[in-house]
Amino acid sequence: MPGVVRRLPEYLMIWVPLLLSAAHLISFSLWTIWISFTPSTLVPVSGWVGLRNYNAVMASRNWQIAFDNLLLFGSAFVLLSLVTGLMLAILLDQRIRGENVLRSIFLYPLAVSFVVTGTVWSWLLNPGIGIEKLVHDLGWTSFHFDWLVNRDMAIWTIVIAAIWQSSGFAMALFLAGLRSVDADIIKAAQIDGAGPIRTYWRVILPTLWPITITVVVVQLQFAISAFDLVRALTNGGPGIATQLPALVVYDLMFQRGQLGRGAAAAVLMLLILLAVLLPYAAWRYVQRRQATHA
Amino acid sequence: MRDRSFAPSRILIYLVVSLFAAAYLAPLVVVVLNSLRTNEEIAQASMIGWPKQWAWSNYLTAWSGFCVAETCAGIRPYMLNSTLITIPATIFSTMLGAIAGYAVSLWRFRGDSWIYGIVTLGLFLPQQMRLLPWTIVLRDTGLINTLTGLVLIHTIQGLSFTTLFCRNYYVAIPHELIRAARIDGAGFFRIFWRIILPLSSPILIVTVIWQFTHIWNEFLYGVTFTTGQQQPVTAALIALSAAIADIPQHGVQSAAVIIAALPTLLIYLLGGRYFVRGLTAGAVK
Repeated sequence: MPGVVRRLPEYLMIWVPLLLSAAHLISFSLWTIWISFTPSTLVPVSGWVGLRNYNAVMASRNWQIAFDNLLLFGSAFVLLSLVTGLMLAILLDQRIRGENVLRSIFLYPLAVSFVVTGTVWSWLLNPGIGIEKLVHDLGWTSFHFDWLVNRDMAIWTIVIAAIWQSSGFAMALFLAGLRSVDADIIKAAQIDGAGPIRTYWRVILPTLWPITITVVVVQLQFAISAFDLVRALTNGGPGIATQLPALVVYDLMFQRGQLGRGAAAAVLMLLILLAVLLPYAAWRYVQRRQATHA
Repeated sequence: MRDRSFAPSRILIYLVVSLFAAAYLAPLVVVVLNSLRTNEEIAQASMIGWPKQWAWSNYLTAWSGFCVAETCAGIRPYMLNSTLITIPATIFSTMLGAIAGYAVSLWRFRGDSWIYGIVTLGLFLPQQMRLLPWTIVLRDTGLINTLTGLVLIHTIQGLSFTTLFCRNYYVAIPHELIRAARIDGAGFFRIFWRIILPLSSPILIVTVIWQFTHIWNEFLYGVTFTTGQQQPVTAALIALSAAIADIPQHGVQSAAVIIAALPTLLIYLLGGRYFVRGLTAGAVK
């Protein structure tokens, strides 16, 4: 036994943080899942109401709008930030002067909080004080750019701000991918007479698809849980036009005192996330097996 | 295809890249210029413009003057809160993550891959799944509406990232090194202190930058678990926008935004290389 006592500090040091972390993840998830099946409102209570909370959430206009917005925001944001990121990466890969400075410029928004990004873009896009007002003051008085207060277009302001904030991430990963393409393959393509565009399209870009999938998954993960940015930019408005799932969860839990429904909405968010992450995990698993067998 | 000649295509490349760079810089430039314009000047024109007179006093007002609710102490107390949350939580989560990463990669013990697998699930679990349980834990421990409560949350949740970063770095260290040290009679802590830690500075810098940036910029927990004078600066910025929505003070607000963004921007400028390494390491999980 003295061996165990002597080694007690190291056991504590190894196990306590890891166990705390693992235990909080498992117990918190299970607890939230359990609450989603109880009739809890202002305080957590036990009891079983089956899927009633889920049905109530999914039947609510708030959630339906949030879900539609998520589909639109998620696909538009991911697609456009992929295109922007890839284009910037290809341009920076042309041995241009000042590459380091440019890269820093495209990446600095990632260091800023979503609250700051949202606040700043809410000023720029506000027709009364932002870009529209500037253009009016310059003399073009029929100019219209009122997406922020336009129910149909407001969700696109979130897309714009999100792309500004995080397309640099796609750029950084793509650039790393472009730099790791085997120079011999490129040389071989050029000897075969392929021009630069053809070389990119046929030889270089196909090697980037694993990176593309990673970027898509990371960006989707952000889109699904987006909260700060929307809170600062539109706060879900005008009306509930830019509602997103994370805002619905917060609203139910802390503003309406509907803990059961809030927990159900949180579990629905988790399910949406799993719909993205499980195929990704399966793909990674297959890739790794192929790598070890090759 | 990668020549340095100045053909028309090269000029086009520079043109497009410069346009993008301008678009990425524009919001920052606009806010910096606004922070130096008077509230009246902005109200008369738009948010976008060159200062007519340099209103340096905006920074003084933003730092210690303007009012949120009934307290008129500027952004200073909230900057202090964010500092008192971010620095301890960054240090604790990095330290514990380094030890945990070392334990699961080089020391190996029964159940290590299991517990490591569960801990890294924390990278994916949405915060919304943890909001209610944290509310109860904080309430029952009396830590609700305290900075200590947020330090606790960020330390425990940060472990998922810090353990992953450090573990992925330490697996590359040859096991023979550890084995030889053990034969010489060195224990867990001695090996960590003498062998692992001296090799760790790159990964510790990456981890510290990552944790600092994320904790400083965090908003959801801050706004949920603290109110009034206890809020971190991200939550205070939102409260400020709401508080002065009736009589906008965009000059002062811009100065407050710049002050709030400054710590993470400075860290990015000083440690950009490590910042990017953290981004890519976090992505390839």
